[in-house]
Amino acid sequence: MVGKTHPEPGDPAAGNGILSRRIFLEGALVAGATSAGLSRGSAEPLTVQPWMKVPGPGFGGYGQPSPFESKVIKVFPPPPNPAGVGASRTPLHMLEGMITPSGLHFERSHSGVPEIDPDQHRLVIHGLVKRPLVFTVEALSRYPMQSRIAFIECGGNSQALNAPQAQPLNVAAIHGLLGCSEWTGVRLSTLLDEAGIEPQARWVIAEGADAAAMSRSIPLAKAMDDALLCLYQNGERVRPSNGYPVRLLLPGFEGNMNVKWLRRLKLTADPAMTKDETSKYTILLKDEKAWQFVFPMEVKSVITRPSPGLTLRGPGFYEISGQAWSGNGSIRQVDVSADGGRSWAPAALQGPILPKAPVRFRAAWQWNGGPAVLQSRATDDTGMMQPTRAQFGDERGLRGVYHYNAIASWRIDEKGEASNVYV
Amino acid sequence: MFTSKSVAVCVSLTSGSAALAQSPQFGQSIEPADIAAWDISIGPDGAGLPPGRGTAIEGEAIYVAKCQACHGDRGIGPSVVLAGALVGGMGTLAPDKTPIKTVGSYWPYATTLFDYVRRAMPFQESKSLTADEVYAVTAYILDLNGIVGSNDVIDAQSLPKVRMPNRDGFIPFPRNPK
Repeated sequence: MVGKTHPEPGDPAAGNGILSRRIFLEGALVAGATSAGLSRGSAEPLTVQPWMKVPGPGFGGYGQPSPFESKVIKVFPPPPNPAGVGASRTPLHMLEGMITPSGLHFERSHSGVPEIDPDQHRLVIHGLVKRPLVFTVEALSRYPMQSRIAFIECGGNSQALNAPQAQPLNVAAIHGLLGCSEWTGVRLSTLLDEAGIEPQARWVIAEGADAAAMSRSIPLAKAMDDALLCLYQNGERVRPSNGYPVRLLLPGFEGNMNVKWLRRLKLTADPAMTKDETSKYTILLKDEKAWQFVFPMEVKSVITRPSPGLTLRGPGFYEISGQAWSGNGSIRQVDVSADGGRSWAPAALQGPILPKAPVRFRAAWQWNGGPAVLQSRATDDTGMMQPTRAQFGDERGLRGVYHYNAIASWRIDEKGEASNVYV
Repeated sequence: MFTSKSVAVCVSLTSGSAALAQSPQFGQSIEPADIAAWDISIGPDGAGLPPGRGTAIEGEAIYVAKCQACHGDRGIGPSVVLAGALVGGMGTLAPDKTPIKTVGSYWPYATTLFDYVRRAMPFQESKSLTADEVYAVTAYILDLNGIVGSNDVIDAQSLPKVRMPNRDGFIPFPRNPK
């Protein structure tokens, strides 16, 4: 080791088996790490399977996942709540990369998913504008478009971690109100300019065409900055559960403000104080006050693998994989720990690293078969670092429900089972 | 020299009528009266409240018929968890208590109650109540919380004047983007 200036792939980088991220940067393990990996044994003789001998089925109009992947589905609670009220959650532990398949993007709806005929749908812009305007979907589709990859995270994501005792939940149940798509549509500023903004206007009340007419007040500055009226999600028209035929995207802002099934934008001088910006999506602090209008989803990360339900099969090499994101900008660094935060090492970040989009991070881990607590800690390019649970609670208490972004922990026991814990 | 020339070009692009005609404009104009059926936003100052009136006594029957199945008898003990309690919870915002956030204990504006009931309730048939019915059921929920009297007339003039107990309970988030 004398005279060595750079860590080698496979070198320990932090306690309890975290290895250098150079494994990912250089694409290969050195002999030492490989030999310390899973015992490989001998493979069975290869056999010729039935599907190798006869033609398979023909083409299909719309592709579906393999039937062997039937367990990769969104999860949602059974009744008694009325159907379509509440949320379905993305199975983050079964996915990779940065993009959420459209059919697995979480849903949050307040009165089910409306079945909207796009030819009958209208978007109206009115209020403090010079020219109230109505747009058909066809008209919206004629404007110059933009695409951007952006996460949407429900303001209530990870709220289970406010509970005083750690609940036996998996990553989907705790953190699954997170999705990322390539969104394509028309800049909202283009349409607001066309309508002509009156000088008194400061807010835009956005409203959906669902039975709940879900409604939020949005700062005009955000509407003019990077708001997008999305017609496409991952290259195809936005899914009904995500706002077909047109939804609002406010990159980095809490999910609830990204109004789906958008039918109306009213410019006003003051916020409307709707139900979802007063009684909900406000954060009750340690004292009797509550934060209102909490817009950005602050820097956060979560390890998706290993995680509860994904049992480790004996000591050896494992990749720790997860997602990190910030509503305030780009992810600059993600650190991982296998000893409950006593020591940290930087993870490899999988490009592209985009503002207000999740980054896949990876770390190499040599599990010795003993107890471990896996954590990830993200830092964004504003310099904000994800707080510990204690720091998070010190600032605002644990009564706030929304915008929980503290470091999360998975305990790995001797059997290789992962569970949600607080440290 | 270069700078002033650039500015001149910009000005001609954005203010010239020829340039405007080239920018896509596919919105159709619409008269405010033709938006009225959709314009259901109520401001905290009462802007947008329709004509009509109601009292808590009138609202009780509407509540029993259309709201109670989910929200529970007198707004307590809802059968639908997400419906939440509408009544009670006073004092539970205090430090170290488990907050019970109801219309009475938490909501800062009475106008929000009218706005939300009119747009989203009853759950199975939203936007079906008349303005009088929304005023009446609003009055009933406020009465159950001890905020208005059973015979108080709630209308476009009186509703914005209702002082909610937690009116001053909210502060701005300190880390919003500028």
